Amino acid sequence: MQVLTSDSSIERSSIDLAIELRSIDKSFGSVHAVRDVSMRIEAGRVTGIVGENGAGKSTLMSILYGLYRADAGEILVGGAAMQMDSPRDAIAHGIGMVHQHFMLIDSFTVLENLVLGAEGGALLANGLAAARAELGRLSREYGLTVDPDALVADLSVGEQQRVEILKVLFRGARILILDEPSAVLTPQEADQLFRILATLKAHGVTVVLITHKLREIMAATDAVYVMRQGEIVAGRATSDTNPEELAELMVGRKVLTHLDKAPPRRGEVVLRAEHLSLVDARGVRLLEDIGLELRAGEIVGIAGVSGNGQTELLQVLAGIRAPTGGRLEVCGRTIDAEHPVDPAEMRELGLAHVPEDRLRQGMVADFRASETSILGYHEDEPFSNHWLLDGPAVGKHCTELMQRFDVRPRAPGLHSASFSGGNQQKLVLAREMDQAPKVLLVGQPTRGVDIGAIEFIHRELVKSRDAGCAVLVVSVELEEILSLADRILVMFAGRIVGDVDAAAANERQLGLMMAGAQAT
Amino acid sequence: MSTTRRPLPVWADIVLLPLINIALAFIVVGIIVAIIGVNPVEALRLLVAGAVGSPDAIAYTLYYATNFIFTGLAVSVAFHAGLFNIGGEGQAYIGGLGCGLAILAFDRFLPAWLLIPVAIVAAALFGAAWAAVPAWLQAWHGSHIVITTIMFNFVASALMVYLLVNVLIAPGSMTPQSRPFAASAALPVLMGSTLNLSIALALACCIGVWVFLWHTSWGYALRTMGHSPSAAIYAGTNLKRMTMLAMCLSGALAGLVAVNELLGVQHRVLLDFQAGYGFAGIAVALMGRNHPLGVVLAALLFGALQQGGAELSFDLPGINREMVVVIQGLVILFSGALEHLPRPWLQTLLSRRA
Repeated sequence: MQVLTSDSSIERSSIDLAIELRSIDKSFGSVHAVRDVSMRIEAGRVTGIVGENGAGKSTLMSILYGLYRADAGEILVGGAAMQMDSPRDAIAHGIGMVHQHFMLIDSFTVLENLVLGAEGGALLANGLAAARAELGRLSREYGLTVDPDALVADLSVGEQQRVEILKVLFRGARILILDEPSAVLTPQEADQLFRILATLKAHGVTVVLITHKLREIMAATDAVYVMRQGEIVAGRATSDTNPEELAELMVGRKVLTHLDKAPPRRGEVVLRAEHLSLVDARGVRLLEDIGLELRAGEIVGIAGVSGNGQTELLQVLAGIRAPTGGRLEVCGRTIDAEHPVDPAEMRELGLAHVPEDRLRQGMVADFRASETSILGYHEDEPFSNHWLLDGPAVGKHCTELMQRFDVRPRAPGLHSASFSGGNQQKLVLAREMDQAPKVLLVGQPTRGVDIGAIEFIHRELVKSRDAGCAVLVVSVELEEILSLADRILVMFAGRIVGDVDAAAANERQLGLMMAGAQAT
Repeated sequence: MSTTRRPLPVWADIVLLPLINIALAFIVVGIIVAIIGVNPVEALRLLVAGAVGSPDAIAYTLYYATNFIFTGLAVSVAFHAGLFNIGGEGQAYIGGLGCGLAILAFDRFLPAWLLIPVAIVAAALFGAAWAAVPAWLQAWHGSHIVITTIMFNFVASALMVYLLVNVLIAPGSMTPQSRPFAASAALPVLMGSTLNLSIALALACCIGVWVFLWHTSWGYALRTMGHSPSAAIYAGTNLKRMTMLAMCLSGALAGLVAVNELLGVQHRVLLDFQAGYGFAGIAVALMGRNHPLGVVLAALLFGALQQGGAELSFDLPGINREMVVVIQGLVILFSGALEHLPRPWLQTLLSRRA
């Protein structure tokens, strides 16, 4: 595989290499996750790695960080070949990783989190004092300000991420790998993160940024590698490329970034929430005074940074949790704290739900695909005659769903967990849409789904809208909300803080609302 | 660099791996037996002969296996629902109380064809009831079922001692036993020994459990809860009710041990008739991969060990009952706790040949 195409302008000679990967190869069983990958990461610059989910980015970085061992190939750090047997080796060579999901202990202070695993002796006091001094130096040098004595639980998500970066720097890392760092941030917080990365770069730190967002690649990197199906398909200087080219390289064909859809033909209101609120057992207010209307034939998108009540709102609307205040009307049935409903009854009313957490809620990983294809409908005809399940009917149903939604491989007997994210999502979506619901709730329709499948899923959702279904989409991907929705609601801290027509919305305005700054 | 390991084929996972585990256990047993001065080959020969060497031996092995099937199934059903039922011991004991009370109350009036089914249902109901209390505590009050089922074993034991010493004891007797059941309450004996018709009931239960778990919508919901409680909530399953259902079924299966022991062999209610079967059920289920067919195979092995071990301690003065328990313990250790020990080795071996 040719690594750097000849038209690339990444200078190969003048700059030191921080890391060089030579012909790295890794298989898991029959899955060839990384194929003969060679890559040159230059010292003191920001290198991006883009690719769809499952393209092998994370596997490659896990090999570099010592979490997996390559089947073949060489890793060179600062020009010398290294054996990475565990993250300990990687850390010893100055490589640090910031994971997508933070590895912080909520009930510890920033300082205590910082020294975790590097306590510096049996008595904590000495280590803490030294760490405090070092933290002061790092904060000044890189402009990473955090209160050392604050509890992690009290910090915002952006600040927690800063602690993660500090943790890595504290262990002496000069090469920083960030895995999808902006997934949990607002656009504004993401911009802050990129300013931090720029400062780090100015101080000679090497940064590797793994992402699937092209905007970030263009904004923050000097060079970019594109991965597809375990291979590097291109290496470019960021200044020599553009998002369209990168998208095409990622997918291997031209991608329609624009979704064609007619204006909505709105019908009657099928779901109405009034002053809906949810308080948990500890008295935490998760939802406050939610009011929304969903009409047949429209797609309403709910935007917001993850963790601002969208999950809870979906749970209440789907009947998984009962509201503690206010009322909800779904297809003529009124639901409130005294008259709760269960998800099974909601289904009978004509409400279908594609949950956010596909792996743990929408399917059962250990079940066969055919079993997953009747989850929630397992007591209905023709799958069950009240007592016995009709195995052949279930299998036939699953095969039909797989054909209609192009789920691959077409194997109803295969374990649900063996399908790729996109195919799992298509199966769940197929199951819910097959019921021709009046209301369709969709949480994170394309999380962990490859670009090809995203297009398909979006078009199916629009088709369903055009057939008169009321669709509610919750997504943390702003682009997705902007291209799918006819109307956009923004959630912040358990409230709906914005209600805008999609045609009039723009990313900046929504971003401000997502951050809690009132813009309407 | 490292060899690529493939997942094991099904036949290796279900047949070969358990056999290797058992073989490893026997090698360690052999070493221990040699240390205490007994010829391991001779001991193994006696063990096998004692378990399957004569029709009598086979009948005993099957009789023991019957108990293990009931308790193994009990643990499996709960396990598929994600519940760890450690209380098979107590549930079997209280099942015996139900069975005994039904017989003692009705054996003078009812004909055998009615009396025995009533006693079987009573055993199942009492076992289920004894499991229902911990289930209820977990479902509605969050007490952990492992803790409560263990405690309920002790409560059952104390209750049975009290009842047998003070209430159920036969008038004029010094031993804490009920009066003998009427002859009409005895289950037909097979092969002229302790083996009785309960084994047919046990096999019927295996089929019943298999149909229930994999071919009914309730079984589907139960397994969904076991694999992923959040998926079960999403599907609209009431987890509290499903917890009750799973534990009651589990307790009922454990309670049926009483049918084999009291209706088949002892013909009276007595102390500790269930001793050890409830706990061994955990190992049987583990080894049988929580599948009814696997449970039958594992139960046969445990039955053979129980019977062969008894013969062994009878024939060889160097080996006593405790030594037999050590043998069983090692089999449990290797096929349960250390089950995955030979797996990587076997994977490497098989993928190299493939």
